[in-house]
Amino acid sequence: MSDTPVDADEVRHVAELARVDLDEDEVEEFTTQFADILEYFDALDEVPEVDREDELVNVMRPDEVHEGLTQEEALSNAAETEDGFFKGPRVS
Amino acid sequence: MSLNAFITKETVESDEDGPLDGKTIAVKDNISTKGLRTTCGSAMLEDYVPPYDATVVEHLKEAGATIVGKANMDEFGMGTTTETSAFGPTKNPVDEARVPGGSSGGSAAAVAAGEADLALGTDTGGSIRCPAAFCGVVGIKPTYGLVSRYGLVAYANSLEQIGPIAPTVEDAAALLDVIAGPDDRDGTTHDDGADSDYASAADGDVEGLTIGVPTELVEGADEGVEEAFWAALDELEAQGAEYYEVSMPSVEKAVAAYYVIAMSEASSNLARFDGVRYGKSGGYEGNWNEAFARAREEGFGSEVKRRVLLGTYALSAGYHDKYYAKAQDARAWVKQDFDAAFEDVDVLASPTMPVPPFKLGESLDDPLQMYLADANTVPVNLANLPAISVPAGETEGLPVGLQLIGPKFGEETIVRAASAVEN
Repeated sequence: MSDTPVDADEVRHVAELARVDLDEDEVEEFTTQFADILEYFDALDEVPEVDREDELVNVMRPDEVHEGLTQEEALSNAAETEDGFFKGPRVS
Repeated sequence: MSLNAFITKETVESDEDGPLDGKTIAVKDNISTKGLRTTCGSAMLEDYVPPYDATVVEHLKEAGATIVGKANMDEFGMGTTTETSAFGPTKNPVDEARVPGGSSGGSAAAVAAGEADLALGTDTGGSIRCPAAFCGVVGIKPTYGLVSRYGLVAYANSLEQIGPIAPTVEDAAALLDVIAGPDDRDGTTHDDGADSDYASAADGDVEGLTIGVPTELVEGADEGVEEAFWAALDELEAQGAEYYEVSMPSVEKAVAAYYVIAMSEASSNLARFDGVRYGKSGGYEGNWNEAFARAREEGFGSEVKRRVLLGTYALSAGYHDKYYAKAQDARAWVKQDFDAAFEDVDVLASPTMPVPPFKLGESLDDPLQMYLADANTVPVNLANLPAISVPAGETEGLPVGLQLIGPKFGEETIVRAASAVEN
């Protein structure tokens, strides 16, 4: 995988997955930079197998109703609202 | 000339009486302040006004502190120089041609210049310690879980902690006392720190303290930085501490592991900025995906796009095992190395940054070189440990920071050791 360096199409594909449009200058810049950065990340291939001692515990609490934001507060940063709801672009 | 340490300069007084009475404080602009614009240094959140306070801000108000503004920062905490802010770079008060470090550069510059008595920063891979070192002030990255992250705009939530920046170790520890403790709104917080008194640990007593110096974190440092570092250790030795070199081979993989994990988490965390609930909408036509992608093109700066894309790549089918899974192995290895080291020593020491502060504009074109500058700080975040950066002399008139790393919840030990460096 690392023997195929990222090309511009791959950068465009990832940008599409990440929902970030890029202009052509950015595609070019990122293609070069990603090659360097991903090559550096290849250093991880030399990491030995490590036993992970799992000391993780779930932290649980009962569900209790607390005071929360008002509807007005929750909507206060939305660009567009309608009838007390967020209004977004069409889904498809 | 203004240092551009603040994105928003506004004073919020507190009516409460407490340990921070009469103290002014700068709050990094990724920490939510009710009614006070919180931009994360991003055009995306230029107009965002949180309807609630972060837990740490509630603690500040209860302690009587006066908030004097929201400090400049690298966009969403992504950077080592505070040059990626959409609101322009902050200058280093020690030398205004240089960067203050990042990403909490505004916080450190405000304290170093006396524009605030104290500041809050956040540290995901060194973002408190780096600017503290570059500006010649004290910064503490607490143990993961000591301080609530409720109300912190998330970048890489398994790594980041809120922490204090102050002119002295005692002041930094006193601010940590105010913000530490469990919070039922953040399930990763811990009971340790509930009734902490870190400030009184700043007694300068290092008699019998053992210090390990990981050779991997000193090799390759700038010569002047290294000289100041060893001089500080000799000074600690003169005060009764003992130091010797240790080896931690895992830390050489820490930078790669850190960036893979941080970028992966960023790609997920920053998905919330869709211009619908908050964030710039751009008002574009088209379907949701198209409008979303164009709003993000406009709202995010280069470094944010770079990390979101690389994180998306590292998590994508076919690459997950190569990058993300391996990075988690490296993280476990780093933790093991630290655990082994702390069986023999009380604290570990290294230069905070391997280099003196960069000149403004010097590093923007080469992101990989910038990432490598974080070599000494990121292992601490991977292992969820506490660390402090304390001023330890100068090289060519520029501040050098000494980093002291402690075992989990070993804040008292690093505060005590760092206070001896000030003597």
